[in-house]
Amino acid sequence: MSKSLNYGLLLSILMVVAPHAEHLTVWVSILCGVLLVWRTYLNYSSRPQPKKWLLMLITFAGTGGVAMSFHTLFGREVGVTLLMLLATLKLMELRSERDAMAVIYLALFIIITNFFYSQSIPTALYMLATLFVVTVTWIQLHGQNIPFKPRLRTAAILLLQAIPLTLILFILFPRVQGPLWGLPQDAYSTSGLDDRMSPGSLSRLSLSEAVAFRVSYKNNPPLREQMYWRGPVMWYFDGRTWTTGKTTGQLTAPQLTNLDQSIDYTVTLEPHNKTWLFALDIPEKVSLPATLSYDFRLYSKKPVNARIRYEARSNLGYRANLQESGLHIERALQIPTQFNPKAQKLAAGWKASSASDAEIIQAALSYFSQQGFKYTLEPPPLGTNGIDDFIFETKQGFCEHYASAFVFLMRVANVPARVVTGYLGGEFNDIGNYYIVRQSDAHAWAEVWLKGQGWVRVDPTGVIAPARIQSGLSAAVSNNAALPFMARNPPQWLRNLSLNWDALSNQWNQWVLGYDNERQFAFLTRLGMESVTWQKMAMNMAAGLVILVALFALFMLRHLFVRMRNDKVQVAWLKLCKKLSKSGIPRAAHEGALDYAARVGTARPELAESLHDLAIRYSALRYGKAQGEQAIREFLQRISAVKT
Amino acid sequence: MPLAPSENCGEEKINIMLFKLKTRFRSWALRRQRNDDGTVTLTQRRIYILPTRQGFALAFVLLLMLLGDINYNLSLGYVLTFLLAMIAVMSMLHAFRNLAQLQVRAGHVEPVFATEPARFVYHFHNISKLDRYQINLNDMHGNSTVFDVAANGYKEVILNIPSTRRGWLTTGRVALYTHFPLGLFHAWSYLHFDTRCLVYPKPITDAPLPSGKTPNGAGKSAIAGDEDFSGLRKYVAGDALQRIAWKVFAREQGLQVKQFSNPLGDELWLDYSAATGSNEEEKLACMARWVLKAEAQELRYGLRLPDGELPANLGTAHRDECLSSIALFNLPLKTEP
Repeated sequence: MSKSLNYGLLLSILMVVAPHAEHLTVWVSILCGVLLVWRTYLNYSSRPQPKKWLLMLITFAGTGGVAMSFHTLFGREVGVTLLMLLATLKLMELRSERDAMAVIYLALFIIITNFFYSQSIPTALYMLATLFVVTVTWIQLHGQNIPFKPRLRTAAILLLQAIPLTLILFILFPRVQGPLWGLPQDAYSTSGLDDRMSPGSLSRLSLSEAVAFRVSYKNNPPLREQMYWRGPVMWYFDGRTWTTGKTTGQLTAPQLTNLDQSIDYTVTLEPHNKTWLFALDIPEKVSLPATLSYDFRLYSKKPVNARIRYEARSNLGYRANLQESGLHIERALQIPTQFNPKAQKLAAGWKASSASDAEIIQAALSYFSQQGFKYTLEPPPLGTNGIDDFIFETKQGFCEHYASAFVFLMRVANVPARVVTGYLGGEFNDIGNYYIVRQSDAHAWAEVWLKGQGWVRVDPTGVIAPARIQSGLSAAVSNNAALPFMARNPPQWLRNLSLNWDALSNQWNQWVLGYDNERQFAFLTRLGMESVTWQKMAMNMAAGLVILVALFALFMLRHLFVRMRNDKVQVAWLKLCKKLSKSGIPRAAHEGALDYAARVGTARPELAESLHDLAIRYSALRYGKAQGEQAIREFLQRISAVKT
Repeated sequence: MPLAPSENCGEEKINIMLFKLKTRFRSWALRRQRNDDGTVTLTQRRIYILPTRQGFALAFVLLLMLLGDINYNLSLGYVLTFLLAMIAVMSMLHAFRNLAQLQVRAGHVEPVFATEPARFVYHFHNISKLDRYQINLNDMHGNSTVFDVAANGYKEVILNIPSTRRGWLTTGRVALYTHFPLGLFHAWSYLHFDTRCLVYPKPITDAPLPSGKTPNGAGKSAIAGDEDFSGLRKYVAGDALQRIAWKVFAREQGLQVKQFSNPLGDELWLDYSAATGSNEEEKLACMARWVLKAEAQELRYGLRLPDGELPANLGTAHRDECLSSIALFNLPLKTEP
C-alpha cells in the first residue's frame, strides 16, 4: 500500500464519516476522529500500522461502549454507529488490495446511511463530491502508478457518463412501495408540535426556522386570519400543563353543518413522527387514508416518518357539533380547583354579571385588551399559580399563555372550552407560488362551545397582538432579536434568495425525494407513455440504457477505429505485401520494408527498382518526419502502378 | 495421505468446475486460432471481458443498497445506487478501450543458459491519443509483467520466463489483461506468437579443456604474439573488446577487429566421448563449459557430438552454433521453424 493511496483512503473515510459527526454519540465521534488523526500520523511518518491485538482491543471496547450507550446492538442508529467504527478501524489495518477494497465498499455504504438524516440538495452535492474522491482513490488502488491527473480525468469521465444513465434509471426504474420490512420507530427525529403544552413550549418552537409543511392552494388562497392549521387539541389541564387527556366512552363522529367557503389545497408535510396531519379548519376530505377525530383533528394510522403529500378540501365556514355529548362538555369544563384562586374569582365575577356566554367571552377579551398585556417571546417565569401570576402580575406572554389563561377563565365561568394548537399563517413564496409554514408559525388558540353555534374559535392573541394574526410573528413581537433570522425582516435581496432556495428545495422534495410509484406513473403518463406498467418501464429503461451506452461506446472508441482507416499509406503497403505473398514471396514477421523489398528484388528482378523506391518512401512516410499530402499521393500512385 | 477436511471439498468441487469451464471457454475462444505472425492488432474480436470477483462483490453491495433504498424510501439512495451501477457499467467500456487497437509484435529472443530467465520481448505500439494503463502480460504459468503504453507511444515489454532444461523454450499461450480503471472487469486477449527461446545447457562450473590433440598446449593466448596476426575486419556486435583495434579506431578509421589465424593442426576438438559426467546431461553441461572456455581463450575449436561434428573455428557465431548444437542434441525438435 503506497502512502498516497493511504491518504486517498483516509480522505474518503473522512468525507463519508464527517456528516455523521453531528448525530453520532459524542465519544464515538471523538474516537473516530482520534483514529483518523493517528492513522494520518502513522502514514505521514511511515511508521508501521498498529499491532493486531491493540486493534482487537479497540474493536471490542468500541463495540462494548456502543452496546452500553444504546443498551442494544440492533437497530438502525446502532448499525450506523458500528459501521463508522468498523470503517475507521479497517483503515488501521491495510495490508492487501483486498483490505483497501473493503474500505472503499464500506465508504460507499456509509454515504447511503447519511441519507437517513438528510436528503437535501447540499447533501446530494456533497455526495457527488465524496463519490468523486472515492472513485479517484479506487482507480489508484488498481493502478498505483497512474499519475494524478489522468486519475482525476478518468474518475470525472466515469461520473459524468454515469449521470445521464442514472437519470434514465431514476425515472424508469420501477418503484416498489416500501417498506419491505418494519421501519424502526426511530426513523426520524425532528422538532414539532407536541401533544402537551406548557408555558414556553410554543415560544421555544418559534425559534426554529425548520419547515413544518408547504401548502399550495388550488385557487385563491384564504385570508391570512383564516389560515388556522389544526394540530393537537388539549382538553386536560393540571394547573400548569395542558394535555390531550384521555378519552373515555363512546366517541362520536363530528357533525358538521352549514358548510361554505370550500377551499382546495395540497400539503407537503415534513416528517414529524406523530400521527396528526394538518388541515385548515375544518377539513371535508383528504387524499390519504386519514380520520377526522371527534375534536376535528385529522390523523393517520401510522406516524408520519417520511415526507408526504396530500390534497385536501376544507370549509372555512362551518357549524361544528351543534349537539355535543355530555361527556365532552364535562371534559371541556374540567379545572384543577386548588390552583389560581384569584383567576377563579375574576371569572366567577364575570359569570355573575353576564347574561350570556358570549358576554363572558367578551369580558375576558376586553380584560386582556385593557389591562396592558404584552405579547412577547421572552415572558418572565411563572410560579405555582401560573395563571394568577400571568393575569395579575407579569402580564407578558406568548400565544400559549393567552390561550391557556383564556380557556381556564372560560371553564371557571362554566363555558365549555379547550385549547387548540397548530400553525397560523405562513410565508408566501411568490417564486414557487406556495406558502411555507415553519415551526416558528406554531400557534395556540381557544375554542369554546356555545349553544346554537357549536364549537367557535376564539383567538385571545388576536386581541393583544392583531399583527400576529394578520402578518406574522415578526410584526407582532417588539423585540425580535431572539427570532430566527428569516422570521425577522431581512433585506429584500436576502429574502428573495431565501425564497428562491426554498422554491428549489420544494421542487427537489416534490420531484426527486417524493418520486414514488404514484409520481412515477403520473410523470410517465404525462411524458406520453400509455397505460404504464412496470414491464413497460423496465423495457424502456433497458432500451434507453443500451442506446446511451452504445452512444458512449461509439464516442469513446471513435479515435481508435477511425485512425486505422485513415492510415492510407500503411493500408496500401500491406495490400502490396499481401499480393506479393500470394505470388509466392511472403513477408517474414521480422522483416522491415527495405529488407523485404531487397529479398523480393532478388527473386523478381523486374520489380527490384520500383520496390526499393517504394520501400524507401514507405519508411520515410511512416517513420520519418511528417510529410505533406503531396508525398503521400505520390507514394499511393506509385504503389498502385506496381504489377505483381 | 490424510483425507482433506470436508469443508474444502465444496471449494475443491467449485474449483474443478471453474477449471472445466475455463478449459471449455479456451477451446471455444481458440477454436480457429492459428498462430499469430507479424503485428497483431487487438480488435474487438480478440478482446474478452468478464466481471472480476470484486465486480461481483460490488453487485452484491449494490443489491443490499437497493433493498435499503426501497425499504427506507431513500430517493437519494436510489440515485447513489444507480450512479455506482452505471459507473461500473462504464468502467467495462473503459477496460475494453484500454486494450482495444493496441498493436503487438513479438521480438527477437536471445538464447540463455538453463536456469537463467528467458527474456521474451514484445513490442507494443499504441497508435491512438489514449494512454493505456496497467496492462498485464502473462503466460500460463503465472509469469507476468505490468506496463503502461503512452498515447502514440511504443513500449518494449520483456516477459521473463525461468528456463529449466536445455532445448527450445516456448511461451505457450500468452495472455494480455487489464483491470483498469476500477478492477471490476477483467478484459483480456490471447496472443499466439510462436516465439521460442533457445536454452543452452547450464555449463558446469569448471572443467579442464581436453588436451590430447593440441600440440601447442591449451593455455596459449591468442594475442600473445604478433606473428599470428592476419588482418583486420569490421566490427560485428558481439566481438570481444580486447580484440578491437583501438589504435585504428583512434585514427578514426572506424571500429576494426584484429583477426588471428592459427597454424593448421593447432585446433582443439571438444569431443562428447571425452566429456566428464555420468549421464548425457552432465556431459553436455561439461561440453558447454569447454566451448565457453575455448572461446574465452581464443582457441580454434571443433565440436564432435555422437550425431555429427562442427569443423574447428573461432568467434561468436561459431560459439553460438556449437552451443546450439549441444542444446538441441538428442532432442526431438531440432530445427528452428
